[in-house]
Amino acid sequence: MPRIAGIEVPSHKRGEIALTAIYGVGRSRAVEILEKIGLDPNDKPETWTDEQTRSVRRLIEDDYQVEGQLRTEVQLNIKRLMDIGCYRGLRHRRGLPVRGQRTQTNARTRKGRKKTVAGKKVAPRK
Amino acid sequence: MARSLKKGPYIHYKLQRKVDELNKSGKKKVIKTWSRASMITPEFVGYTFAVHNGKNFIPVYITENMVGHRLGEFSPTRNFRGHAGTKKR
Repeated sequence: MPRIAGIEVPSHKRGEIALTAIYGVGRSRAVEILEKIGLDPNDKPETWTDEQTRSVRRLIEDDYQVEGQLRTEVQLNIKRLMDIGCYRGLRHRRGLPVRGQRTQTNARTRKGRKKTVAGKKVAPRK
Repeated sequence: MARSLKKGPYIHYKLQRKVDELNKSGKKKVIKTWSRASMITPEFVGYTFAVHNGKNFIPVYITENMVGHRLGEFSPTRNFRGHAGTKKR
């Protein structure tokens, strides 16, 4: 199992899929990287030569922002929004959807598990 | 969709005029405005704007980080105080 960009250990999956285990590399980037090196996206990392593995590692680590670095940048962007007190920052602070989605229903990803309110009226059945 | 670069950032022309005047005179004055859609440009930095939120004018002090945002983003139009019966933290 090759180690790329820190702790990432993709394995016996097709190269194109294996690389997506890295934070910051999705399908299109994975294909782009393999193409640059001249590998078939269908070939699994276990069939790569050491030389090829090394060039993949070098390419990703030097030319792309991945893993910790990328996570830090995202966090800083969010922090900036919160610090300047703009609308998007306020939404982040309250843990509500940021991009104008409805919140009367749904929005459970941002709001977390349902919190049932005691004594709330239920619509009468007809 | 994003605005065409050719047009440049949107700033209400009267607001732009006021900022230019302030820049020329070097004075600091609060600018009252209703133009929430106006983009904050680097010239705005250091001034305070009173941005209308539909009811009041919210004072907004412009810092460097705010460039590229719009004035309205800093003047919330809704004021959620919590539901009845929920205890405040």
